[in-house]
Amino acid sequence: MSIGHTLLGLLESGPRHGYDLKRAFDEKFGHDRPLHYGQVYSTMSRLLRNGLVEVDGIESGGGPERKRYAITDAGVTDVERWLASPEKPAEYLQSTLYTKVVLALLTHRDAADILDTQRAEHLRSMRILTDRKRRGDLADQLICDHALFHLEADLRWLELTAARLDRLRAEVAR
Amino acid sequence: MTPPPGSLLAAEDLRKAYGPTLALDGAAFSIHPGEIVAVMGPSGSGKSTLLHCLAGIVPPDSGSITYAGRELATMSDVERSALRRGDFGFVFQFGQLVPELTCVENVALPLRLNGTSRKEAERAALGWLERLEVDDLGGKRPGEVSGGQGQRVAVARALVTGPRVLFADEPTGALDSLNGERVMELLTEAARSTDAAVVLVTHEARVAAYSDREIVVRDGRSRDMERAV
Repeated sequence: MSIGHTLLGLLESGPRHGYDLKRAFDEKFGHDRPLHYGQVYSTMSRLLRNGLVEVDGIESGGGPERKRYAITDAGVTDVERWLASPEKPAEYLQSTLYTKVVLALLTHRDAADILDTQRAEHLRSMRILTDRKRRGDLADQLICDHALFHLEADLRWLELTAARLDRLRAEVAR
Repeated sequence: MTPPPGSLLAAEDLRKAYGPTLALDGAAFSIHPGEIVAVMGPSGSGKSTLLHCLAGIVPPDSGSITYAGRELATMSDVERSALRRGDFGFVFQFGQLVPELTCVENVALPLRLNGTSRKEAERAALGWLERLEVDDLGGKRPGEVSGGQGQRVAVARALVTGPRVLFADEPTGALDSLNGERVMELLTEAARSTDAAVVLVTHEARVAAYSDREIVVRDGRSRDMERAV
């Protein structure tokens, strides 16, 4: 995820302090991985340097100075460009699992066992996500669905590979 | 055979052939009260045959099946039939509702067959339709409701007798993702609230994710993944 673009997008609704930005990010997108303060401030420095945000005001209280950031026109254009650009689909061509299955066949180990063990591990993750989804709000449901569909895709590959093990065994033995 | 301690329904070394085709080749299974176990595996692996044997619909050629401490093979046909009407509930992929009856009459049917009065059976049926969020469809016939709604009616009918084991064979197989998900949520919630065990046959991982654990059937042999890993 592009943290810079996400923070810029959050600034479009109005100027915010770094701390508010972190809180908004964690609430909407952080879930299992909240931002570190250091990440927020280093990202804001970069955006400032590139003219995508500007300092809208500085508060000095008892503690350290607190900068309030506002998005610039260039920043809005940058967010727009990012939103309009499609993400590169992940192709997963370097699959560790595929490597494990082929290696198991080459070394006369039980490849079906590897596939079964992996299926159990995937299902364990899917159970946790399904449970979280059931308790969560719509945002949580969408995030879990995204993860669930990806895990399900892996599982479909596992099933298909299990069904083709005999052929694969014959081919790797050549 | 001694079933695993605390198990409600257990099977050991099941074999079943249809002509030259070996559908089950030493399959084992066990489930505890209130537990949801997914039976997974590719098409033709023997998972539906396993379900039919466990439910006493089809007798295995050999092996043993124990329900609540009793061997199914030692029960008479009448006893097994009573088991299927009372202790066991069934949900299939489709085609299980009687088209001539309304939804409430469909749900009330198992109770009526067990001798419950019409009034009492329909009151219980309405209660279950409400739990499955389709009480507004009570007066409609199955042909007048959507696939997802019909499946909820089928779940209500399966649970109306208060079964101790619910057998669900691809219960969401004919539904889209959203409807399938809702049916699974309602089915598992209802089963957990009544402490019914669920034998869930599915080839879909997203459906299996509603279970507590899974067994995998391949070439008629089963593998309990919890014990294997």
